[in-house]
Amino acid sequence: MAATVARQPTLDRTLGWFSVGLGVAEVLAPRTMGRMIGVGDHSVVLRMCGAREIASGIGLLSGRAPATFAMSRVVGDVMDLALLGASLSSPRSNPTRVAAAATAVAGVAALDLYASKADLQAAMAEAVEDVPVTASLMINSSPEEVYAFWRKLENLPRFMSYLESVRELDQQTSEWTARTPGGMRLRWQSEIVEDKPGELISWRTRDDSEINHCGSVRFERGPGHRGTLVRVEVYYGMPGGATAAKAAQLFSTAPETIVTQDLRRLKQLIETGEIATTKGQPSGRRSLVGRMFSRGES
Amino acid sequence: MRAVCWQGIHKVGIEDVPDPHLINPRDAIIKVRKAAICGSDLHLYDGYVPTMMQGDILGHEFMGEVVETGPGVSNLSVGDRVVVPFPISCGNCFFCEQEMYSLCENSNPNAHLAERFWGHSPCGIFGYSHLLGGYAGGQAEYVRVPFADVGPIRIPDSVSDEQALFLGDIFPTGYMAAENCNIQEGDTVAVWGCGPVGLFAIASAKMLGAARVIGIDRFPERLNLARRVGAETINYEEMDTLDTLREWTGGRGPDACIDAVGMEAHMHGIQHSYDKVKQALRLQTERPGVLREAIQICRNGGTVSVPGVYGGVADKIPLGAVVNKALTIKSGQTHVHRYMKPLLARIEQGEIDPSFIISHRVDIEDVPDAYAMFRNKDDECVKVVVNMTSNMAS
Repeated sequence: MAATVARQPTLDRTLGWFSVGLGVAEVLAPRTMGRMIGVGDHSVVLRMCGAREIASGIGLLSGRAPATFAMSRVVGDVMDLALLGASLSSPRSNPTRVAAAATAVAGVAALDLYASKADLQAAMAEAVEDVPVTASLMINSSPEEVYAFWRKLENLPRFMSYLESVRELDQQTSEWTARTPGGMRLRWQSEIVEDKPGELISWRTRDDSEINHCGSVRFERGPGHRGTLVRVEVYYGMPGGATAAKAAQLFSTAPETIVTQDLRRLKQLIETGEIATTKGQPSGRRSLVGRMFSRGES
Repeated sequence: MRAVCWQGIHKVGIEDVPDPHLINPRDAIIKVRKAAICGSDLHLYDGYVPTMMQGDILGHEFMGEVVETGPGVSNLSVGDRVVVPFPISCGNCFFCEQEMYSLCENSNPNAHLAERFWGHSPCGIFGYSHLLGGYAGGQAEYVRVPFADVGPIRIPDSVSDEQALFLGDIFPTGYMAAENCNIQEGDTVAVWGCGPVGLFAIASAKMLGAARVIGIDRFPERLNLARRVGAETINYEEMDTLDTLREWTGGRGPDACIDAVGMEAHMHGIQHSYDKVKQALRLQTERPGVLREAIQICRNGGTVSVPGVYGGVADKIPLGAVVNKALTIKSGQTHVHRYMKPLLARIEQGEIDPSFIISHRVDIEDVPDAYAMFRNKDDECVKVVVNMTSNMAS
């Protein structure tokens, strides 16, 4: 599934050479650099920063995993800003020069962020669908009814948390918009591969999608006519494949959890007509940590 | 509005918070008239229930007046006087259809958290940790009641606020504990803990035909109330519980045993010290002394019924006795909805007046002190009812 999202080779190359140049200067002439940016003599720190710059630069120029190296530059920029800030407490620093240097770093950081986001999107569009996600849930309704609710694709954003909208273009194709946990907006077109009323829907994304995936949802009559067993199976593309997907789970919700939660909301909608929530309810004064976990309360 | 908020271990406070509003179509807003502090609130107060957050509004025993209903609630009208069950239940899922309301699959928005702890999630519960939904509770001037078309029942004029209040939790909880004992004519039932749930379990066991009910506690005022509802009593500070039960039952043991104490049991001896140390070190979350005794003394083929609250893992449970004596263990959060109407009928017919357990009546500003008093059993405290309508700010 080759995709056609534009990569940023020119920007990547420019940032790569800039990185190498700056790194070499920092390694070879740390004192001059220190005076220039107003932090005074911090040769060891500056040489270490230089080595980091060279590594990021060579990585970017190699053209391999540009998203990773572009992101490493963003991390480096944040580190540099922190070091510049810390240097201000030293009597040897020159605040005016430090401020000028910080402004320059912030400008470059913006470029780095833009490049890394574009590279990540490009990598996602190229990734092969080899990361599996499966989930299942019993719903107290008939397979026909659950199928009908799902088949009306406009219903999906009502229970899929990251979906913004689904628009059916014709019987087979539909246009989807989602917002990822990181705030990135993804668009794709999906086409239905198989459609058996009351039993199964399977789909795959079209070639020009920003994220590749294919999957199916099955509606099986429960044993003893006890509701419907809904089984979802999705394979999605992740830059770096299954290993990267596992690593990503350390920092964000596992895809299985997301899909299971989506199914739970589907179950609530079908069985009760609404989704159980406490968003908008009152509470007393929260602690700092508490506020992070209770967004949405009044 | 003013609300009772959990602020940390042994810290509750009255805070000004925004009024609740309708969120879902099947919600109603209730203006609370009477709320109660439950023995299980003390487990929150003592910090033994995980996932409480500073600012959580407490309270799952309350009754009041309907002030607003969502478009999905057609059985209630503004002005209705209602009592609200503590479990939040949808009425549509597999479990609700079988009247196992406390196992509702659709009311806990944090079900995934509970599943990590227990494998599966029970229903959401008002004011009882984020593991059970994080719903704002009823120790407040107003409360949002989800699935209001399923839970609250109207209180007839002949029944007072205080008589109806306990239909939301402890009366059905004591009743279900007794019902779980599968009481046969001539049975002897032993009840550990003569607090509110234990007292209702005793009264219910009598109503269900037990020949003999034995209440076990150490506080004279609670033992007095137990005798008032028909129990013989054991003060375990003066008599050995197991020896006495063995003697009184001719060695056979009680036909059914009810643990109305739960995770913070007070016992004697080395075993109690061992449990306290392990609980303090978080090597176990419970102090299961009562459960051990109940299993040990229950007669062969008998039933151990556990309405007492447990939350995590316990140690040294005599499973050998469970197997070799062919015991049945029954438990669960109460399926309150199932019992409200039949028990309301018993109140109307004058069979029981649940308000007999009330020892203290306070206003909302006195609630923090009341928690401490109830916890320490000071001033012969058995049950605290909070009058929410005095000095209303609005």
